[in-house]
Amino acid sequence: MLYKIQKFSKILILFCVALTQNMSAQQIKKAEAGPFLLKNGTIHSITNGNFIADVLIQGDKIVSVGKNIVTPSNTQEIDCTGKHIYPGFIDGGTRLGLAEIESISVTNDFQELGDFIPHMKALTAINPNSVSIPVTRVNGVTTVFSKPERSTFPGTGALIDLFGYTPEQMYAGAEGVMMTFPSTGRRGRFDRRSDEDIKKDSEKAMQKINDIWTKAKLYATIDSALAVEKKPKSFYNPQMDALLPVVRKEAKLFIEVNKKDDIELAVKWVKENGIRAVFTGVAEGSRVTSLLKENNIEVITGPVLRVPGRGSAPFDESYRNASEMVKAGILVAIRTNDAENVRNLPFNAAYAASFGLGIEEALKCITINPAKIFGVDKTYGSIEQGKTANLFISNGDPFELKTRIEYLFIRGWNVPMESRHTLLYDEFIERNPGK
Amino acid sequence: MNTKIIYTTLLCFLLPFIGFNQGSVLIKNGTILTVTKGTLQNADIFIEKGKITNIGKNLKVPAGTKTVDATGMFVMPGIIDAHSHIAIDAVNEATSPNTADVNVGDALNPLDVAIYRALAGGVTISHAMHGSANAIGGQCETIKHRYGVVNPEELRMVGAPRTIKFALGENPVRVHGEGNKIAPATRMGVEQVFRQAFSEAKLYMKAWDDYKKGLILNSPMYNRRLETIADILKGNIIIHCHSYRADEILMLMNVLKDFGIEKICFQHVNEGFKVAPELAAFGASASVFSDWWAYKFEVYYSTAYNAAILTRNGVVTSINSDSDELIRHLYLEAAKTQRYGDLNDDEALALITINPAKQLGIDHRVGSIEVGKEGDIAIFDKHPLSVYTIPQMTIVDGIIRFDINNDAPDMRLDVNPEDKFASDYLEEALLKEDNCLQGVSEWLLQSDHASYLRFIYSQRHSH
Repeated sequence: MLYKIQKFSKILILFCVALTQNMSAQQIKKAEAGPFLLKNGTIHSITNGNFIADVLIQGDKIVSVGKNIVTPSNTQEIDCTGKHIYPGFIDGGTRLGLAEIESISVTNDFQELGDFIPHMKALTAINPNSVSIPVTRVNGVTTVFSKPERSTFPGTGALIDLFGYTPEQMYAGAEGVMMTFPSTGRRGRFDRRSDEDIKKDSEKAMQKINDIWTKAKLYATIDSALAVEKKPKSFYNPQMDALLPVVRKEAKLFIEVNKKDDIELAVKWVKENGIRAVFTGVAEGSRVTSLLKENNIEVITGPVLRVPGRGSAPFDESYRNASEMVKAGILVAIRTNDAENVRNLPFNAAYAASFGLGIEEALKCITINPAKIFGVDKTYGSIEQGKTANLFISNGDPFELKTRIEYLFIRGWNVPMESRHTLLYDEFIERNPGK
Repeated sequence: MNTKIIYTTLLCFLLPFIGFNQGSVLIKNGTILTVTKGTLQNADIFIEKGKITNIGKNLKVPAGTKTVDATGMFVMPGIIDAHSHIAIDAVNEATSPNTADVNVGDALNPLDVAIYRALAGGVTISHAMHGSANAIGGQCETIKHRYGVVNPEELRMVGAPRTIKFALGENPVRVHGEGNKIAPATRMGVEQVFRQAFSEAKLYMKAWDDYKKGLILNSPMYNRRLETIADILKGNIIIHCHSYRADEILMLMNVLKDFGIEKICFQHVNEGFKVAPELAAFGASASVFSDWWAYKFEVYYSTAYNAAILTRNGVVTSINSDSDELIRHLYLEAAKTQRYGDLNDDEALALITINPAKQLGIDHRVGSIEVGKEGDIAIFDKHPLSVYTIPQMTIVDGIIRFDINNDAPDMRLDVNPEDKFASDYLEEALLKEDNCLQGVSEWLLQSDHASYLRFIYSQRHSH
């Protein structure tokens, strides 16, 4: 009898397991912890060239790169002979985790009300369960900068890894205050303002950001004075508090600016105010490369796959933009500025590569360069001992469409190569029942 | 004398249509991806007066024939985009759930620089479509990218079958139900727009038949909208239907079955993969995005593997752009089906050549490199499915319309120093307005600039 019950419960357990597996058809399998030894792969280190070696992943780190690595007894080996190992790609500007379905406003958290709200923190609203996250990472994008956008000071963006169950688990150690530089010219054919009105509006917009900055400087002075006197603040001004590190030059300001005239104004403005600036977008950067270089402006540009802003521009202006800036010696990262299709980051980089940048530099623009811009190059952006274990294994050049990415590691976790898109494929390639 | 003047005038009028837009060229020694007949190494293509007259090695051609050296290059049929809104001045006649009477062919704009940029992506033909504001939208126009002509008539691909835009789901429901407070406000209402239109058109046809047979004395009132729907019932117009969800796709197929209509290409059709067996059984084709999804709710449960699943289930599938941007690299979009679904090279290339040609009813004329077909060719420096490929030259009807080695920085045709708009920078968010809801936003919010901008931002993807 007891035997029978045992047998029955075994069957029941098996049944339940089968049932759970069935029911979880729309969910991604669990990630697996290391240690992992990736044996004998071609390592595209980014910072130290390409070579064949082993990589040991333990905890969330790359603990060793080389030959004959001594490994812990529980290490899983993955044969990478003939395979390629790349550091995870980093997208320097997205809405991933902040925008789920962009036409449905209640699913979007990247645009709070207000024009001066730098204290709005993207990290607060990152949805770790966004369906777009697995869709993105299976193309090798492991880290993204997600940002509030569109108002003048829309908030503070956050660098996140694309694996984790809370924003804190995903946080990759960098935040940045965003700014949208006033767009001063005519906005297109539908813009029916007179030339005079456009000039007035521009002056007003500049006046506004100048006022904010004057106040921010004053606020920093008061804040410092109070700190010296060890007096508590008798006022609450989270906006100004958020700007303090930028005003004190401890942090960079990320300024969205795209067209030539605006870039010129923005350079002048950051120079006057002594701001450590990263320009984002910079669609017409190729027209002002020396100005950007002379003023040590760092750039996060993209998307590469966009139509040039002017009808008069050459068809390949956006394709060549990153290349022109890199050639001028500017530190450049590439972004998609997308949400659900951040997975196209490698193809954006590939287009820049074809149109003058070259593959090696293009890879830097989505690995070590953004890591430098965000100040996390000690832990991100290349395959080196001690760095965060964000990397993937492919059977070829990850920019090429025929290439398969076979394994993906984020913070040392072996993340399944699954997403809603692959699961739907598995279910529907041979639908059952068919007709 | 008088007859002479008449003939000369007639000749002047007809000349643009009979010769100026057809050229002769020999493309030498390329790797030819015919799409339908395999790959030919080191072969030549001779295009004579706009038509491919010979394919083979070391072709003999008349002395003085213009020659393009394609050594080391890849030569493929001109790319065809079955869904685009370039080269038209108006997209949506969003004033009624049924506007079958209008035709975007009446709003062609040959000066649109987007045509040149599409050529720079190897695209020789696009399907200039009405928008998706109405369940039954306007008629569309299949155009050839003869950039350089200024007469709108010369863009038309004369003889291409008539097509019409239908639309299901969120867009017609949002514009009419939500916006105008008239039906349809649901997918139930959308079905009835079609049933009503087809039923009334049948009555209209019968009334004319009765009149012609002398059964009634007075002729029925001529109605262009009903005439168009009647032409669909007669099989003279191919339906191209904006659609997303599996249920609405099935709904339209059921309606069409009831009215004996067979020619249908579903556009976007993000959930086509869920009803691929039904689409194949009906004989419907599908024109999809390579990877656009999640920009609205009705595409949230979709997959970039759509094209591959449809292809494997025997549905004639194409990849379209619906965008000034994507149309510039449809070869990249086609290559994505190799990442998402392992399609082979011929299958992937068919998605942007012979398959869209079938969907537009022009596959006997274009879509592959074969003797007798029209001289529409795209030449690439690397295999067109490599991410690193760059289009080198695009030929339409034997005339070189894009040559990367002869590409001026400013390729606009309408440069007017007095036009202060002409060199203006367009914000990225605004660029994405080129889509099926184009025009509607302006129409809904034209009085309020600020909310217009907001609306556009919120509609970044409203295809």
